[in-house]
Order: sequence, then C-alpha cells, then structure tokens
Amino acid sequence: MTELTDLTIAAARDGLREKKFSARELTDAHIDAIDAANAALNAFNLPTPDKARAMADASDVRLANGSTAALEGIPLGIKDLFCTEGVRTTACSHILDGFEPGYDSTVTTQLWSAGAIMLGKLNCDEFAMGSSNETSFYGDCVNPWRRTGDETPLVPGGSSGGSASSVAAHLCLGATATDTGGSIRQPAAFTGTVGIKPTYGRCSRWGIVAFASSLDQAGPITRTVRDSAIMLGAMAGHDPKDGTSVNVPVPDYEATLGQDVKGLKIGIPKEYRMEGMPAEIEERWQQGIKWYEDAGAEIHEVSLPHTKYALPAYYIVAPAEASSNLARYDGVRYGLRVPGDDIVSMYENTRAQGFGGEVKRRVLIGTYVLSAGYYDAYYLKAQRVRTLIKQDFDKAFEKVDVLLTPTTPGPAFGIGEKSGDPIAMYLNDIFTVTVNMAGLPGISVPAGMSSEGTPLGLQLIAKPFDEPTLFRAAEVIENAAGIAPRPERWW
Amino acid sequence: MHVDNDTVRKIARLARVRVTDDEASALQGELTNILQWVEQLDEVNTDGVEPMTSVVAMDTPERVDEVNDGGMADTIVANAPVREDHYFAVPKVVE
Repeated sequence: MTELTDLTIAAARDGLREKKFSARELTDAHIDAIDAANAALNAFNLPTPDKARAMADASDVRLANGSTAALEGIPLGIKDLFCTEGVRTTACSHILDGFEPGYDSTVTTQLWSAGAIMLGKLNCDEFAMGSSNETSFYGDCVNPWRRTGDETPLVPGGSSGGSASSVAAHLCLGATATDTGGSIRQPAAFTGTVGIKPTYGRCSRWGIVAFASSLDQAGPITRTVRDSAIMLGAMAGHDPKDGTSVNVPVPDYEATLGQDVKGLKIGIPKEYRMEGMPAEIEERWQQGIKWYEDAGAEIHEVSLPHTKYALPAYYIVAPAEASSNLARYDGVRYGLRVPGDDIVSMYENTRAQGFGGEVKRRVLIGTYVLSAGYYDAYYLKAQRVRTLIKQDFDKAFEKVDVLLTPTTPGPAFGIGEKSGDPIAMYLNDIFTVTVNMAGLPGISVPAGMSSEGTPLGLQLIAKPFDEPTLFRAAEVIENAAGIAPRPERWW
Repeated sequence: MHVDNDTVRKIARLARVRVTDDEASALQGELTNILQWVEQLDEVNTDGVEPMTSVVAMDTPERVDEVNDGGMADTIVANAPVREDHYFAVPKVVE
C-alpha cells in the first residue's frame, strides 16, 4: 500500500469508507510526519496531536456507523488565523499571546461537522501581512522545496506559508488558508500545491482574525484540484453572522470535474506581460495557452488597463482597513498586556511590543491615509481606482469565461533575500492582488518547474461565484503538467 | 509626500504605538517610500467614478431586532490579562 501520507483527500476518503484503514491510522501517520519534519520546516506553530487522536477516534465511530460526510476522517491543518475553541489562536502575533477562543470560526465549525480532524495550527505571516512567512512571531516557515543542488532555505510564500509548506511536505492532506492579496495563491505556486481564493462572500469570515475586511477570503490549499473542490464545498456557505456572506447555494464542485473545455473562452490579459518579467514565467504562460488550445478551448487577448494600479491601490485600502481592525488589540480583553504609567501608555507599550515591524508599518500607513485631510486623497482615490479595476474585469468577462495568467513573477526565493525592502516584497502579489480588489475567484495550479528545480504556478480567474468553471479549467493544467511530486525529503 | 519626524510621531500617537527615536527615523524613510510609490495613482483619471463600497452587489442584510446571543460573561472575560469578576480591569482612568 502507498504511504498513508501520500494519499489525496479523495483517495483517503474512499479508503476510509472501504475500511482499508482507520481515521486513527491515517491521523497517526500524519502526526508522525509532523514530528519528523516540523523542527526543519516550522510549518505548524502549534501541533495538537492529542486533540487529533481524540477527533480521529470519534470519526472512526461515525465511520463504523456508515458516515459519508464529505471530510469524514480527513486530517487537516488550520491556519492560525482561524479561531479554534480552546486551542491557542494568535494570527502568529505576539500581541495575541495565549489567546484561547471560546468559539470556533464558522469555516472550522463546518469542517468539523463534515468530519474533518485538526492536526494543529499552521504558521503564517503576522496577521497575514507578508508574502514570505518571514513576519511570523513564531519564526520563518521553510519551503520543503529546494533549488537543485543547493541547500539555501527557501520561503514557502505567504501569508499562508505554513498551510502550503505542510500540504506540499505531506504533513496534512489539506489546509485552510486565507487570501487578502494573494496569500493562498502565491504560496500554492511556490510549493507545487493547488490554492483557491473563492469569490468574496463565498466563505464566512466570522471567527477569522480580520486583516482587511473588504478583501479577506478563506479557501483551501491541497495537492489536487479535486481535493480543493471537495474541501471548498465543506468550507463555503451562507452565514448570517457575516454581513458580507452571500446567500447563494453551494454547488457540488466535485461533480463539475472531469468535463472537457471545448469552446471555453480563455482570456489572456495583455497587461500581465510585465516589463522585466523572467523569461521562464513567460514560457510557462505560453505553455499554459498551448495546453488550452490543445484541449479545444478558444484563446482571446483581453485588456485590463488598470492592472498596474491595483497594487498601489491595495497598499492604501488594505493598511487602512488593517489599522482599523487592529485597533482592538490594546491589552485589555485578550493577549499581551505591557503595563504603563496610565491607560494610554499601557496601550502604547502593549502595541509597541506586541506588533512586529511589518504590522506597525501597515498600521501607521493606514492611520496616515485615514487621518484628517488625507482621506480623500488616498483612501477615496484608491476606492475609485478599485471601481475601475472591477469594471476592467466586467468588460473582459463579456468576452471570455476565464482568464489565464502567471500566479507569481518568479519562483520561491531564499529566506532573507527580499525582507529588507517592503516594496520589492509587495511586488510578489502583482498578479494576484487584482483578483481581491475585484472580489473574484482565483486559483493557482502547479504548472511545472522553474530552471532552479522549484515549482511554478499558473493562475485562473473567473466571474463571481463561477468556481465550477474555475475547477473545470484548472484540471486542464493539472492533467497536462501533472500533480507536483512530493519534494525530496531532506528534513 | 515626504514624511518627517513630527508626522511619524503624530501618526504613531494616533495609532497608539510607542516608537523609539531609532524606529521613528527608520519609519520616516519607509513611510515616505511607500507613500511616494502609491502616489502613482494620481496618474489615473477618476473624475465621475464612484468609490467602491461593496465588491459584491448585495443589500445589507437585516434581522429581527431581538436578543439572539449572550449569557456567556465567563467566556468573554476568560482571556483578559487582568479581570475582576466579570469586568476587564484597566489602570485608573478617572481620578
């Protein structure tokens, strides 16, 4: 038999139902894998093996009773941005030291109802602010992939670095993640995994630590398109507790797979051909176009003229919303408190020690752009540009069904290579951030290897709530490029 | 836009984040760079364009105005760094 940690979610689900192995055996195999890898990869900032075993035993009872819940017995990792009842939740920030929520997020509640098992909490950038998982209070997470013949530790991408690293290294079958500007898709591209950011409003944000509320969306990272379809089906759905949750039925995503794409209209946005883009990114993109032509899809060039303004607009909107959301961390109700002479100095000391450098930078930028006299010039201007970005997509989707782009401007880079220059780091999200600004669904699919021997991804973007077409189109890339292999174990 | 030391101090005060002299001088450069970079938005003509308020067209959901949750004071104060009974305790605010 294959190693249990090499199974997909779909295969594990079938094996559990056929009683080939138990949820406990499957879970123990993953706990062993985490024990062997976590010192090197730092993917989990809090493994919860005892809880996992208890959940697995309960799942085995349900399986014995014939449960066919969507994720019955499937061990998952949970990004440390999702509140989990009685299990430390910190958003990988010092300021949430020791916080144990009295409730679960809606998304995790739905996963547990679907029978899933929690292996632990996953490392991420502090408050999901980063593109390399180098801003976590719990230390850098490491990519299981290395360049050929080179032991330089590489970043797994961010902010969902622990989610991507653990799925790629076969420490869990799938992981929850969140995406505000690319935080699911960019790490998926860097680790040879599949990551989907669904339409804004598709997954409830309730109980997820907020970064930028008009952009944040939860989604899965998995090893195959089918697994993403299964997992998103369990995560998505209307939630009255989130005022932006949309009351639209969740389709059976898995049932939409396996259909051909003959006649599907694929748009190629010409503005994504950036100056200075590495040749191999362009080559991957051209390869992707060829795969769709071979599969019988129609290729059309489209124009998204405001593409280059999405990233600067994002770096006004996201910090503005973050500065407001993070006002709640004041040392009063939860987490860290650093004493001061009076209440204001207690706030200031707590936030000075509790927030890391990148978080402080964004809180200050956000405070600045929202402050008296600057609101119109920055925040309102950015929201007007955002309207134009959305209109660009609306026009493109009058002509095509799906857009095909690179996910990232390059492959995974080394730890420390970009952390000294905030803007160079921000540019990682240049192809992904437009999708958040317009609230659209986007998926990154492994599309082959870079010249350095590390994974590259291609991104597909669809109309709001058209995740079924996204999954269907994503299978073309997966079938042509193949599912990324497990990286060679060096840990 | 050039961010000077006084502006950094003013924003940090508004954001309730204490900054050291070294941090303030580093932040001057970093914030200036980021703000100059975002000012490329000035190239975009946004006359007559409505600012986005909601990325998905939907009405604000409403519900009946009645108590639908509560009675969990123990849970709510459980994580407080300092608490007294069901109260969050803070340094004295009023003399």
